[in-house]
Amino acid sequence: MTPTGRIIRGGRVIDRDGERVADVAIAPDGVILAVGVDLDPAALGLADPELLDAAGCVVAPGLVDIHTHLREPGREEAETVETGSRAAALGGYTAVVAMPNTEPTIDSVGVVRQVLDAGVAAGICDVRVAGAITIDRKGEALAPLAEMAELGVRMFTDDGCGVQDDRLMRRALEYASGLPVPVTLAQHCEVEVLSEGGHMHEGEWSSRLGIPGIPAEAEELMVFRDIALARLTGARVHLQHLSTAGSVQLVREAKAKGLPVTAEATPHHFTLTHAEVASYDPVFKVNPPLRTEADVAAVRAGLVDGTIDAIATDHAPHTSDLKEAPFDHAPCGMLGLETALALGITELVEPGLLSLAELLALMSWQPAAIAGIEAVHGRPIAAGEPAHLVVFDPTQPWTVDPTALASRSSNTPYAGREVRGRVRHTLLCGVPMVRDGKAQR
Amino acid sequence: MTRPAPASHRHGALRNLLGIADLGPDIAAGIAEVMRLTDSFVEVSERAIPKVPALRGRTVVSLFFEDSTRTRLSFETAAKRLSADTMNFSVSTSSVKKGESLRDTIETIEAMGVDAIVVRHASAGVPRQIAHWASSAVINAGDGWHEHPTQALLDCYTIRQHLGELSGRHITIVGDIKHSRVARSNIAAFTALGADVTVVAPPTLLPPSLEGWPVKVAHDLDAVLPGTDVCYLLRMQRERMTEALIPSLREYTARYGLTEERADRLAEHALIMHPGPMNRGVEIAADVAERPNAVIVDQVRNGVAVRMAVLFLLLGSGTEWGGEPDA
Repeated sequence: MTPTGRIIRGGRVIDRDGERVADVAIAPDGVILAVGVDLDPAALGLADPELLDAAGCVVAPGLVDIHTHLREPGREEAETVETGSRAAALGGYTAVVAMPNTEPTIDSVGVVRQVLDAGVAAGICDVRVAGAITIDRKGEALAPLAEMAELGVRMFTDDGCGVQDDRLMRRALEYASGLPVPVTLAQHCEVEVLSEGGHMHEGEWSSRLGIPGIPAEAEELMVFRDIALARLTGARVHLQHLSTAGSVQLVREAKAKGLPVTAEATPHHFTLTHAEVASYDPVFKVNPPLRTEADVAAVRAGLVDGTIDAIATDHAPHTSDLKEAPFDHAPCGMLGLETALALGITELVEPGLLSLAELLALMSWQPAAIAGIEAVHGRPIAAGEPAHLVVFDPTQPWTVDPTALASRSSNTPYAGREVRGRVRHTLLCGVPMVRDGKAQR
Repeated sequence: MTRPAPASHRHGALRNLLGIADLGPDIAAGIAEVMRLTDSFVEVSERAIPKVPALRGRTVVSLFFEDSTRTRLSFETAAKRLSADTMNFSVSTSSVKKGESLRDTIETIEAMGVDAIVVRHASAGVPRQIAHWASSAVINAGDGWHEHPTQALLDCYTIRQHLGELSGRHITIVGDIKHSRVARSNIAAFTALGADVTVVAPPTLLPPSLEGWPVKVAHDLDAVLPGTDVCYLLRMQRERMTEALIPSLREYTARYGLTEERADRLAEHALIMHPGPMNRGVEIAADVAERPNAVIVDQVRNGVAVRMAVLFLLLGSGTEWGGEPDA
């Protein structure tokens, strides 16, 4: 049967232009045909459209994750572009930006092309790629930014490491600002001489548990430096996964001065604290580490007042055998794609900190702008726009079960946690990648 | 895939001994129980044939990922005096060196049918992780900077032997608190028994946060010593110098070492303790360790009886040991 278009029925449409109850009609070519109340298929020329029920649901632009580890190439036992894309679609995402800390590193056109091709082959999510700022993320020599930009790369980062050398970072910002297309340099903020040997936030819990700590200042010093470099070079800096109250305040002050700085925060940094590490379960080991209650409150405040522009998952799959190691031997990272929306709703919307529209801004159109894909993703829901959409029930309760996730790994820190907000349908170019909560590919 | 943790089939009074808090909810009562059993096992240790059949048919495996001949021998002696079978899983020659995961190692050992696993590991938290995966009892014989509960129990016993109850006593712990599992367990145990604990160290050798620690902090050892009932010295490791935590061992000794002059400031009844091995001439002057109030050898001796008590509490058929005859 050839699809003759689709109609999403009876949802609450929320996009950057506001909120209204409306049906959304999608043409067979994946473009939105009409948005309105009680749309008549025949009048729109849709002979026998597939009807997607959205009663009680929100219909929004597909979510955009600007911080995803897909592990391919090199760590396919933990995740592949395909399994990660499926996890993304189930989480409501229609676009993800794959981080370059793969093996080999995404620091050349060859590896960029390999990951982009794998994304197209999977065809479940729009997989974009972040290139490394420096060759092999070693912080020594600039990677070929222009060559990668020609393939569509719009974001560069050495994520997993910050660029330690002040001068090299300055040069990277200056050089990138002269590329023919606007690009964003994103920084994992961590001064390694201060964090080296640490495995959790340095403070009350690290002292009690006898685990070497990473002070908040290791992050804040690089946030401070990069703000200074943004001022020096005039180039835009995006600060990844802010985790401390001090970092949030530095970004707030930089924005007040009009400096070209954006920032993201992860669901785990607005949900969990370092007290979780008392179990010594490496599923709670992540970089930057889980911080204090005051830091969690500051990250939430930053999301509320606009200091932080995006919620990014830092989805970081790891196999069980690597996570069943001593805490100080285990790798950093936790899953995020399939739980981010529910945590945003449960932790930020339900307590009244954000409206659903504000949450969606942080998870869709604002990150799309940072990643340079705002022409395609996070668009208004209107005739003529591409139908990259998510339909979710913001009140549906569910319990996180690590074995039920689509990711190839199961290192979620939320096992057994009851959350609210579940994706019903995710549409990429008008085609359901998730229908009634089930992956279609 | 995540593998589920097995259910336990044991019915001992104590499930595991991972840290001093496991002796709770009333930690003082839990320690008192260990002390009471230790008294009877000290008596056993003094017999011509120091062996009882209390744990006959039980198997205790020592799993030491970090070398510690003293602690391992103490546990193995304790297990043998209770007639338990002992196994020694030697990590340096085992599959662990070949890359076997921690969890696989534990499941392999458990498949052989053991009742207790005595663990020493350089990483904090490993005993807790093992307890999550294992159905046998897990005893922490030292994990990283975290805890060394049987050391604290033998220290409590030794102090009680010489000074009576710990309640109201002033105990001073001197040295590298930050990196010390002995300090963490001792602070928990001593304060649970009502002792007043002061830690003395350069700020670089204190934990980054002492929030929630029921201790006083001092940097002037001379000022603290006259009111001290127990002066507990920690081992000062040479690598702390290369980490820029102290300028030199010489300067450390000058400010924090228990020199002859400093030892003279102690009250006559005050005990000098050390968990061993000592760096004579660094944290403790050579001759000070030989003074009559230095009870370092008593600590080692009591270690065997305390570990017998712990093994009995974990693996015995009840909380009462009937004082069975020699095996």
